[in-house]
Amino acid sequence: MDRRRDPHVQLTDSTAGRLLPDVLQRNPVSLGPATLPDERAARRTLLGQVERLEAELASLFCSTWPRKGFDWNVRGRAGPRLLSLGELEELRDELAERVATGRRALSDRTYVEEQNRVRIEEMLLDPAAHKWERVSHEDIGEPGCRHWHVRPRMGLLGMLAGWWRVVISSGCPLST
Amino acid sequence: MEPALSEGWVEPELAEELPGIGLVLAPVEVRPGPSPKEVRRRLRALADRYTGGKVIHMRQDPVPWAYRVFARQVGVDPDTDRTPVERIALDRLKQGGLPSENLLDDALTIAIAETGVPVIALDPDRLEGEPGLRLCRAGETLGPGRPLSARQIVVADSSRPVAIVLGEVSPEAGVTPKAERVLLCALSVAGVPRIAVEEALWTAAETLMYS
Repeated sequence: MDRRRDPHVQLTDSTAGRLLPDVLQRNPVSLGPATLPDERAARRTLLGQVERLEAELASLFCSTWPRKGFDWNVRGRAGPRLLSLGELEELRDELAERVATGRRALSDRTYVEEQNRVRIEEMLLDPAAHKWERVSHEDIGEPGCRHWHVRPRMGLLGMLAGWWRVVISSGCPLST
Repeated sequence: MEPALSEGWVEPELAEELPGIGLVLAPVEVRPGPSPKEVRRRLRALADRYTGGKVIHMRQDPVPWAYRVFARQVGVDPDTDRTPVERIALDRLKQGGLPSENLLDDALTIAIAETGVPVIALDPDRLEGEPGLRLCRAGETLGPGRPLSARQIVVADSSRPVAIVLGEVSPEAGVTPKAERVLLCALSVAGVPRIAVEEALWTAAETLMYS
């Protein structure tokens, strides 16, 4: 093939005055696909993942009740509308992050609650070693207002005499 | 008497993206008005069945869960923009009851709360053709002034959007006190058994028959 006639090859003068092909200046030829990729399979997979993560999030939400202080919101995307592939990926990632954060927070919280349960047992076994300590239902992840409080029997006299006991409150005060 | 149920049309692109999505229609010959005593009593009994624990665990029940998943998949945060059944449950907890509004709204509340399936009511005399589900086109509005974004999922008749899925109904297609017929539309999504959708429509229609 005559390189001088090839429209994709630009010829420049060499120092010797001969024409040489300059491949670095070759005109770009489009190599992209002629058709758009089919996103359906990817979209279906992402929708399935969103479904599974939503199930996990719902189950985690129910497990944390009645504890407070968890953040469950995954921002909406001006729906209801068909989300783009990128938006679906973002949504999947945010849901996964929210599930992971929720699990971690619940795990930390239940560890502290377990410690508080042990503390209640220790208070009951040896009240004098836990003077004035107080553990509430909220501290052990239970609903209601009950609490365990180490107090002296017969007020000041009991304090001086070392008569300590655990008082368990009867529950929430009546609303006024 | 049970209403004759029919399927609304669904745009192919939408049906392909979200298999299981559909609109089930039930026409009812009824004039809206105040709720009779029986309906108000039923609403009170329904409100008494709600407890905090039940509402908390509602998101794990199969039907409300399916609508949560659907909301999530179409870009709605169901913890901010509640699905209809969760909205009713939350209102019940906040208000301490389900106050009666009018026969139509009460019938929809009862149907949604009993089954978890979202049901809306349209005035068939203000619609052009049968309603169905489609994606919104650029520049379309809901009613006179509510702009819609392109590719938003809407309930539409042959000429315009008449309601946003899981959202509001256009004032141009909603039921007014002058209406003589009502078209009940229930949204079905993947994971919701057909019987639940039919039950929602039957419950709403049956309640409307008290008038």
